[in-house]
Amino acid sequence: MTMPVLEYSGVTRTFAASRRSPAVTAVEDVSLRVADGEVVSLIGPSGCGKSTLLTLGAGLDRPTGGEVFAGGEPVVEPNDHVAFMLQKDLLLPWRTVRANVELGLEIRGAPVDVRRERSDALLRQCRIADFADSYPHQLSGGMRQRAALARTLAVEPRVLLLDEPFSALDAQTKMVLQEDLARSLAEHAKTALFITHDLAEAIALSDRVLVMSRRPGRIVEELTVDLPDRDAPIARRRHPRAGAYVTHLMESLDIRHLDVEAA
Amino acid sequence: MQRQRRLGAASAALLAVFLALWEWGPAAVGIPPYILPPVSSVLEEFLRMTGTDRVFFHTAVTAGEVAAGFVLGAVLGMSVGYVLGMSPSTEFVLSPYILALQIAPKVAFAPLFVLWFGFTVTPKILVAILIVFFPIMVNVLGALRAVDPDLVNLARSFKASRAQIFWKIEFRASMPALFSGLRIGATLAVIGVVVGELVGGNMGLGYLLVFGEGAGNTAMVFVSIIALTLIGIVAYVAVVFAERQVLHYLPRRTYQQF
Ligand SMILES: Nc1ncnc2c1ncn2[C@@H]1O[C@H](COP(=O)(O)OP(=O)(O)O)[C@@H](O)[C@H]1O
Ligand SMILES: [Mg+2]
Repeated sequence: MTMPVLEYSGVTRTFAASRRSPAVTAVEDVSLRVADGEVVSLIGPSGCGKSTLLTLGAGLDRPTGGEVFAGGEPVVEPNDHVAFMLQKDLLLPWRTVRANVELGLEIRGAPVDVRRERSDALLRQCRIADFADSYPHQLSGGMRQRAALARTLAVEPRVLLLDEPFSALDAQTKMVLQEDLARSLAEHAKTALFITHDLAEAIALSDRVLVMSRRPGRIVEELTVDLPDRDAPIARRRHPRAGAYVTHLMESLDIRHLDVEAA
Repeated sequence: MQRQRRLGAASAALLAVFLALWEWGPAAVGIPPYILPPVSSVLEEFLRMTGTDRVFFHTAVTAGEVAAGFVLGAVLGMSVGYVLGMSPSTEFVLSPYILALQIAPKVAFAPLFVLWFGFTVTPKILVAILIVFFPIMVNVLGALRAVDPDLVNLARSFKASRAQIFWKIEFRASMPALFSGLRIGATLAVIGVVVGELVGGNMGLGYLLVFGEGAGNTAMVFVSIIALTLIGIVAYVAVVFAERQVLHYLPRRTYQQF
């Protein structure tokens, strides 16, 4: 494996007890590496700490144990290597789509012409150029997620952290967006950590799938997806062996649920 | 369009009915004119007041006080709201006092301000500031607390400074709430000023109200009330107009017309 662009090394995050809730260890001793240009999916029961891992990777929070590295440097605060995208599009309602796409560049102080050029390219690439001057409320859910993706790509991160970005979309829109995302990632050789609860999506989009246990989340299984067409999820889904991978993931998740309930 | 015209016509018809009832209704049920003067004598009184009682001068004084009180109260309410919203610890320290002040009936301060500043415009403006301040501050504070933390995280992930987070996210996100505060403030400013004028002075519509009452001139009281209402309407419409400019990005149906 080449040098990892994103690495979690023995990461633990315990949230301190508050008046209303006891201390919670969201993730415990998680180690994972994502190589340059690799797309890795993370699946696991809800509440197992997937989003927590993403927040740590983005430098928005610090682990209570272990370390996170991005681009070879320890992540202690938000940095240029990483950008994230959530299920919520987080588009600012008072900005046009273009201005939303340019948000990160604007904050980082990029000159107007650079911003303009980059947003033009991304609006085209994400196929929302026709909506450049619309406001978010005028867009469908799928279009809004396209805009969110364009905004994420605009700052040219090496690593994308994606937290269930398509889970609020209808099945058809979702497939179209998966297709576009996969092509974008492959074209620009981006590295991505992709959180999802859709097992077929994990298989269709990634090189590897990591399975997490119930809270405190640990990585309990790693599955390398040895299928062609990582840049074309629809084709990959039709591959004869794709179904077997999904079944395998289903089983490994289910068995663990039974284990926990029996214990 | 068709529908809008019909509704406009209905509104106008209602006004006509209302004016007719006001003109002939009281006499019909035996209410004497010194209790409820018909609309024609109110109009007559208004024309008389434009000459001898300088009604336009008094209206201008009150309008000026309302404008000053509203603007200063709004600026103060916004400043304190944004500062407290940005600094939870300051808010924690100050919150009991703010709560006490908020519960205190602001108009009760009018006599005190008159004692301090005499029969000038100052006490009227001060009462207006005090009464306008709270809804605006409370709305701003509430809006800042309600900003989606994920939006702030998004900005942080782009390495935004505290100032950038404020101006690009929090301030803009607070706009709808700020404008609801300003709408409330615009009507409260009139109340604050009138109470100040009622308490003491020889200028403004509040003074005319007291004067008319003392003279048993019911029509004069009505003229003053109508003039005050008009000032309130102008202030309110000005806020709504500004709001439309600023919040143009909101979908129409979620937008409160008036
Ligand atoms: N800021 C926080 N404070 C306290 N507990 C938290 C915080 N963030 C997450 N948690 C807890 O950590 C656990 C994992 O959450 P999360 O990472 O969102 O799970 P997932 O994304 O896998 O569904 C949950 O039990 C959640 O309640
Ligand atoms: Mg989550």
